[in-house]
Amino acid sequence: MTQQRESLTRLIGFWVLLGIVIFFFMFPLYWIAVSSIKTRAEVINRVPSYIPYAQFEPTLDNYTSVLLGTTIQSDTGVRASADLSIFRDRLMNSVIIAGSSTILAVILGTLAAYAVSRFHIRGESDLMFFILSTRMLPPIVVLIPIFLLFSNLNLRDSYPGIILLYTTVNLPFVVWMMKGFFDEIPVEYEEAAMIDGYSRLEAIWKIVIPEAIPAMAATAVFSAIVAWNEFVFANLLNRTYAATVPPWLNSIIGVGAVEWGRLAAASVIFVIPIVIFTFLVRNYLLRGVTFGAVRR
Amino acid sequence: MADSQLAQRTRSTSSAGQIRPRFGWFTDRWIAISFLTPTMLLLLFISIFPLVWSLYLSFTDWSVIKDANTAPQWIGTANYFELLTDDRTWQRFVVTGQFVLPAVTIELLLGFGVALLLNRKFAGRGAIMTLLLIPMMLSPIVVALFWRFMMQGDGVLNYYAVNLFGIEPILWLSDRYVAPWSLVIVDVWMWTPFMMLISLAGLSAVPQYLYEAAAVDRAGTWFRFRHITLPMVMPLLLIAIIFRTMDAYKLFDQAVVLTGGGPGRFTQTASMYLYDVAFGQFNTGEGSALGYIMLIVITALANLLIRALNATKSA
Repeated sequence: MTQQRESLTRLIGFWVLLGIVIFFFMFPLYWIAVSSIKTRAEVINRVPSYIPYAQFEPTLDNYTSVLLGTTIQSDTGVRASADLSIFRDRLMNSVIIAGSSTILAVILGTLAAYAVSRFHIRGESDLMFFILSTRMLPPIVVLIPIFLLFSNLNLRDSYPGIILLYTTVNLPFVVWMMKGFFDEIPVEYEEAAMIDGYSRLEAIWKIVIPEAIPAMAATAVFSAIVAWNEFVFANLLNRTYAATVPPWLNSIIGVGAVEWGRLAAASVIFVIPIVIFTFLVRNYLLRGVTFGAVRR
Repeated sequence: MADSQLAQRTRSTSSAGQIRPRFGWFTDRWIAISFLTPTMLLLLFISIFPLVWSLYLSFTDWSVIKDANTAPQWIGTANYFELLTDDRTWQRFVVTGQFVLPAVTIELLLGFGVALLLNRKFAGRGAIMTLLLIPMMLSPIVVALFWRFMMQGDGVLNYYAVNLFGIEPILWLSDRYVAPWSLVIVDVWMWTPFMMLISLAGLSAVPQYLYEAAAVDRAGTWFRFRHITLPMVMPLLLIAIIFRTMDAYKLFDQAVVLTGGGPGRFTQTASMYLYDVAFGQFNTGEGSALGYIMLIVITALANLLIRALNATKSA
């Protein structure tokens, strides 16, 4: 009886602690989401309100205005200080750039990883360390020469430039992840196929790749998130044509009074793909965030 | 001639089986080369070459604006000498250190604590885990934006500071003593899930029989934690510390949005200082030298941590 009661208090303690943890990590997300469906007046209301319909009348104006590029008739008569109508263009750029660079990085990195995993290459561990070391650098160190290089080659503010850059940023990650996965696929699969008359290329295409598809998908998602979120290079290299969302979000805050309702809507739209991705790759997260160093 | 062709053909068919396979001419050697080349070229061209170029520039007084049409002037180690004798440089590294140390420590303790909490079976565990992992997947820019919204003068945090705790509104982002801690709070929010994830992996790998053996010996909770849990989890925790330290050391995005280095320069990190030198003052050579100083510091730090990791692994 006493033991049961003790376990009950422990259970309550457990859920209370868990509740505090969940509150701390979820509150900012909830706050931005709830602010995105408030009217302009409600957003700047100093008394916080949390429950739509009960505490305030929700509106989708913020979403329609950032997506359609229309301006909201401001109820204070003050014109919005920053132009939020280009959000659509920035979002489109983010999709194209993150998408293309991810596809490129996964294709090239998977090929390289296969070669390192299956063939005897002289200085293999040195090669892998070399690939890894290019990722471990603080990006700010190569910022200056990349800026000069891209200026000289006319690659600044262009799709090819930033796509190639993000591909290179993600390549070491893809090679390390995919090498780990290939090492786990038994060589016997291909050898059996090759005894049956397949060439190695056919064996790769018909046996290995189908086996590696889930791993490639997870790797792709992680690469896409990196490209999607990148700020430092995008901010320095791109102005208009290839400008993505993160530098734009930063530039909006710098300009006078911030229209938080619409900014909240824009960032919710920007964040939704990441939340979906996180759910998709939850079983690979540990491996993904540690560069394949921790496998489980 | 016909003979040798035939001989070759026989050899290629016999080695690969009965039928000559498609793409059979594409030997392993050529596959290895053509699979590796694009990756190596991109890394050489966009990672290694810029690094070498930047090393060269760090020994010059070149400026991308002033000297756009002239060749860089070699000035030896003058940039390094100037930076290392300048108090401002040291100040930026102190600011960075004062951010990295508390941030990584709190993330480690909190993340490990949450992992201990979650290391059991309960309803909705998977869903809660995934929710908790969202912050670290977000863009630092977005995270900083959320927090700036909450931390501004009339934001939600100050509403409760005033109405719940009855204190003066806190200048989260513009008080020279508070702002550095605000950066730490935001980083803790974002990266504690990372520490939690790795700690949890370590905890679930501890063999259950060790605890059972300890229970037989009537070992206390603290003893079990100190002598079973901690040693087993330590190598993974060190990997997590290495990752977080190297990452926190680069702090740039969040600080740009949250404080912009202010008030004054009290939250200007080494990365932000480099950006300012290179693209604010356009001292390209000096900026490159600062980049290399940062690189040397982080390499030394990483080596120390990796040595600690190897020591715990062999112990």
